[in-house]
Amino acid sequence: MSVEKKFGDYGGQYVPEALMPAIEELTDAYERYVLNNEDGFMDEFRRRIRDFGGRPTPLERADQLSERYDREVYLKREDLLHGGAHKLNNALGQVLLAKYMGKERIIAETGAGQHGTATAMAAAHLDLPCEIYMGRRDINRQRPNVFRMRLNDAEVTPVDVGRGTLKEAISETMRDWARTVETTHYVIGSIVGPAPFPAMVRDFHSVIGEEIDRQFRERFDEPPGAVVACAGGGSNTMGTFDAFVDGDAELYAVEAGGSSLTVDDEAGVAPHSASLSTGEEGVLHGARTKLLQDDHGQILESHSVSSGLDYAGVGPELAHLVDEGRVVPTNVDDDAALEAFHRLSQEEGVIPALETAHAFGFLEAVAGPETTRDRELPETVVVNVSGRGDKDLEAVVEETDKRDLENAPSMEVFDG
Amino acid sequence: MSDAAGLAAAFEEPAFVPYLAAGDPDVEASLEYVEALARGGADAIELGLPFSEPIAEGPTIQQAVVRSLEGGMTPERFFEFVEALDVDVPLVCMTYYNLIYQYGDGEPVVPFVERAAEVGLEGFVVPDLPAEEADRLRAACDEFGLDLVFIVAPTTRGDRLAAIVERVSGYLYVQARLGVTGARSDVSGRTAESLDRLAEQAAADIPKAVGFGISSGEQAAEVVAAGADGVIVGSALVDIVAQGHADDDPPGVVADRLEAKARELKQGALAGAQRPPRPEGT
Ligand SMILES: Cc1ncc(COP(=O)(O)O)c(C=O)c1O
Repeated sequence: MSVEKKFGDYGGQYVPEALMPAIEELTDAYERYVLNNEDGFMDEFRRRIRDFGGRPTPLERADQLSERYDREVYLKREDLLHGGAHKLNNALGQVLLAKYMGKERIIAETGAGQHGTATAMAAAHLDLPCEIYMGRRDINRQRPNVFRMRLNDAEVTPVDVGRGTLKEAISETMRDWARTVETTHYVIGSIVGPAPFPAMVRDFHSVIGEEIDRQFRERFDEPPGAVVACAGGGSNTMGTFDAFVDGDAELYAVEAGGSSLTVDDEAGVAPHSASLSTGEEGVLHGARTKLLQDDHGQILESHSVSSGLDYAGVGPELAHLVDEGRVVPTNVDDDAALEAFHRLSQEEGVIPALETAHAFGFLEAVAGPETTRDRELPETVVVNVSGRGDKDLEAVVEETDKRDLENAPSMEVFDG
Repeated sequence: MSDAAGLAAAFEEPAFVPYLAAGDPDVEASLEYVEALARGGADAIELGLPFSEPIAEGPTIQQAVVRSLEGGMTPERFFEFVEALDVDVPLVCMTYYNLIYQYGDGEPVVPFVERAAEVGLEGFVVPDLPAEEADRLRAACDEFGLDLVFIVAPTTRGDRLAAIVERVSGYLYVQARLGVTGARSDVSGRTAESLDRLAEQAAADIPKAVGFGISSGEQAAEVVAAGADGVIVGSALVDIVAQGHADDDPPGVVADRLEAKARELKQGALAGAQRPPRPEGT
């Protein structure tokens, strides 16, 4: 197997020269250890993601949702992976790889704090020092995860530039890496960045789709009709889709529609993060991909109620699969995501991450009683529950308070 | 090596190549500042066209980028800025690839290079464009007779260095240390090591300008004495602009400070050439 550096016209390696030797070294290590299982790397990874991570995660029939949507709805429970999100697959894989490469230090960016906590856990588990860059705004809206990272003995460094979200955190982590590249590995948190990251991160997550395929066939003797996942950078998305790309299942990538899809050019702000649905080709953070940018090529500040989707770019492989017509990009706004958050919590007893809630918002929009979309979903649907919502509780209470959501419970019990 | 003549000519004597973000803090003052640098002895000038995600810059230049963008800088206004400048040294556009890629209609990259040639720019430095991805821009530069400068890092060796030397024209930008831009008070020990490596590797006939962290005439002298053909100074000058802006100093006063700093750096570079070559092994 050779290393995929481009996906159609997307991908590539648009990074400062200082990082290129490290990227070549990483490409070589990825090929040897991950693709060719040299020194039994993948065996050790599979053992650790089982014993430390808790794989395989269940595929669960969602009884209430199946009834509501009048079709078989299954949940892939990545929220039950150690740490509460799919993120550990990649974080553990890369930290282990860093160890095999002889690196002495781990750095990572984080948006929702899920990748940061997963990386901090993996670094503690494998005994490597770790520093996490996180936008100031995200620190304020995802506090529980900041505490978790600190408890795992990671440094958490606030990033104050720009709007203080994921985009700025990635830029700042790249700057750290440019200084420390000889001893440090940058554990990028999604299928973004320069090659080989997009392919490598996908490979560490592709176990999600492989398990779905096996678990689903055990019940139905055929693959699911549709597979749905939310998409920020797109790591849970490609991890879920990879096993199905060559088959017939419909693949839906659900982005954050934010408060509106209309861009404020004057302010340089997109009130959403729907780069697959509305973005234009460009170069950001090492890759050519679909981006939210203005007419001049300046990157827009994105917005979403969920920090983990709040990013102006998206993985180059997803951009390519959308152009090919293989993946259907769609989006769900803040309100619908919050409503879906409450629905899943009440009807299935699963409190999802706000990121994940977008995938369920799509289900409601397409197959709910008041459907707003002209699209018929197949008889069987698997939705990836990319993470659990504990980190979002404060934000959910606050955001629910601002809105008049029909299905939200009263939060008054918390007063006094 | 491509031979788009232009920029290399600026290195006949030890050269001083300053950097400023165009339009920082506003267009009018910025024009004055660039002209002050030319008066102070600049041999070529790197003009930054600000990009919203400057991943190779430290805090000083990041803030310059913010000021310039807030002042309304765009690629088109940048070209007008260059046209409005009254200087007779070669000008180099330093920017990130997405801005080059998005400009104009038709085949990407070509309209930007064509417009740059039209306003009299002589070359480009693109920090997020390694040799691997540069063929399209290299071809456009060849078509319009512009130079394409590449950065060589302390980690660049062997085949990578050869690939860069094959594609570069104008000068090699020798990054003095790992990391991002920002003024320092010392000269990195890796500078001499990098220059030695370049001298060995068939890069003899392309000028080598050292940048990243140089802030004084003494540092400029040391770098030239170590074998550099010139010094590139950015953050130390941007600091002067930032300080003047913060203190609300009149642009004329800030321009005088820049001109004086430019003199110091140019004199340093010239003085470095008079120093005895480094003894072996230092
Ligand atoms: C639970 C959860 N789901 C999804 C995402 C989005 O990331 P990606 O698109 O890479 O899966 C995040 C990111 O933080 C997350 O925490």
